[in-house]
Amino acid sequence: MAQARSHFGRSIAAHAVLLTYTVIALFPVFVIVINSFKSRKAIFSEPLAVPTPATFDLIGYATVLKQGDFFQYFQNSMIVTVASLFFVLLFGAMAAFALSEYRFRGNLMMGLYLALGIMIPIRLGTVAILQMMVASGLVNTLAALILVYTAQGLPLAVFILSEFMKQVSDDLKNAGRIDGLSEYRIFFTLVLPLVRPAMATVAVFTMIPIWNDLWFPLILAPAESVKTITLGSQVFIGQFVTNWNAVLAALSLAILPVLVMYLIFSRQLIRGITAGAVK
Amino acid sequence: MGALTLSNVTKSFGATDVIKGVDLEVNEGEFCVFVGPSGCGKSTLLRIIAGLEDASGGAVTIDGRDVTLLPPAKREIAMVFQSYALYPHLSVRDNMGLALKQAGVARAEIAAATDRAAGMLALGPLMDRRPAELSGGQRQRVAIGRAIVRTPKLFLFDEPLSNLDAALRVQTRIEIARLHRDLGATMVYVTHDQVEAMTLADRIVVLRAGRVEQVGAPMELYNDPANTFVAGFIGSPQMNFLKAGALGMRSDSMGVRPEHLAISRGTGQIAGKISHVEKLGGETLVYVMTDGQGLLTVRLFGEHDYTVDEAVGLTPDLSRAFHFDAAGLRMR
Ligand SMILES: Nc1ncnc2c1ncn2[C@@H]1O[C@H](COP(=O)(O)OP(=O)(O)OP(=O)(O)O)[C@@H](O)[C@H]1O
Ligand SMILES: [Mg+2]
Repeated sequence: MAQARSHFGRSIAAHAVLLTYTVIALFPVFVIVINSFKSRKAIFSEPLAVPTPATFDLIGYATVLKQGDFFQYFQNSMIVTVASLFFVLLFGAMAAFALSEYRFRGNLMMGLYLALGIMIPIRLGTVAILQMMVASGLVNTLAALILVYTAQGLPLAVFILSEFMKQVSDDLKNAGRIDGLSEYRIFFTLVLPLVRPAMATVAVFTMIPIWNDLWFPLILAPAESVKTITLGSQVFIGQFVTNWNAVLAALSLAILPVLVMYLIFSRQLIRGITAGAVK
Repeated sequence: MGALTLSNVTKSFGATDVIKGVDLEVNEGEFCVFVGPSGCGKSTLLRIIAGLEDASGGAVTIDGRDVTLLPPAKREIAMVFQSYALYPHLSVRDNMGLALKQAGVARAEIAAATDRAAGMLALGPLMDRRPAELSGGQRQRVAIGRAIVRTPKLFLFDEPLSNLDAALRVQTRIEIARLHRDLGATMVYVTHDQVEAMTLADRIVVLRAGRVEQVGAPMELYNDPANTFVAGFIGSPQMNFLKAGALGMRSDSMGVRPEHLAISRGTGQIAGKISHVEKLGGETLVYVMTDGQGLLTVRLFGEHDYTVDEAVGLTPDLSRAFHFDAAGLRMR
């Protein structure tokens, strides 16, 4: 009984800490969203107030949807993020499997080489990347962004996934080999499902910087038809006047897809997977 | 012609030689057990037979066909692992049928083969469950079933019972023995459990540090060990090794099994004091600290009330003793 109560007390304390953290972390998002629904005057007079019938105004959303091709930007961001994510996860997992599963000469060196990219920021190579893209005629295409982001995401993906793949039971893979499964089938049907939580983690870490990036879209794909949403929102931030309604509305809209994708992956993170494969 | 032949098989991981030249012939329908201390290379040898590990040298022949360079799936073998290794995303039925499906066997035939194997192992009610919904013993039965379905030339088992509790281990052991009788198949079985080796094997292969020490039927190894290692490894509790010189023998050491050492409260050939007694009901183990021969084990049948610190005398049954030379080899 006493033990149950102390357990209860500890659980309350833990929840209090977590709730405090959640409130602090979500506060900026909350402020952005409430202000996006207010008139310009209300934003400046009382930035923390929730919209009331008197201050409620959809002018920001109206501006955003009218000006520029917002849906086009949105679609571009979606295509770039999803495609990059797909390639990072696919190639990252494959490289990780090769590194963790096969003994070959230079295995360790190859692993270190691939992990080096975690420490060296890809932006250092911007000039060379731009020259390559110009030479290959990929400037102002989404493919340019997808290629760069895939390269950017791979090092961390390989590093994390190869650690997890080392933990997948050898017996399971060997059973597959004896039953005549190809190495590809073993990889896709036996190993990948078992490292799903790690894949979800990598997906979240990879996705957010890509969605938020301003640098490469600005340099590699500034044309109207291939602008991403982050770049597209910049039109509202002027040198002298900033259209705060529009900026806040654009930001609020940009949060949505990240939120949706996060929810999808976090369900994978939590799902109790594949208990009973071994032991 | 044997069902499995190993000729001078070697294996090195980098600079470490793990298997140092193994020659072995396993006959058709034989139950062959590999035993040896941990790390001696039993699993590695089994994995070489399975093709999961490439041999560094030598050849593996299964049913008259040289399979040294063939991948595991082409060797017509089946393997049962210590950790069960069932496919987590497939039902019991699909787990058992996967190999045949991969080999392109017709669906009706697969169903017939799975149902036959399920019948042999009483898996009927579990066929549509996932591995996660089974107990440890049930999982291992499914893994054995998966091996049977393929009707392989050779069954390989790597410590299949080590993850099971004692009662289940006995039950599954009996099941494996029955399967071997019913199927008449050739089986190679790795274990470090004395009892499993003695009860299941037609022939035991004793390995030490990557070499075969002795091959023989269980009772041959028990009654006629080739050296001190095999003598000490087969039989439980372990054989006592006496300094033969002190007893007036010309050999270097003399091995006497605990059941062949007589104990009396009076005097014996070797005097000592009891240091510990283990009463198991059916038998009693008495550990005696002797003057000059170290700690010796005596195995008595039935219950006996010896107490610790009692002074006793021990007398070895010389007709059942084994003599070894200084290199540990048997002197006959
Ligand atoms: N992939 C590997 N790389 C390097 N050394 C290895 C590798 N696999 C096994 N070994 C070594 O080979 C030796 C034999 O290993 P093995 O697994 O065959 O032993 P075992 O007889 O099955 O032991 P146990 O009874 O503990 O299962 C061990 O010393 C081990 O350290
Ligand atoms: Mg082993």
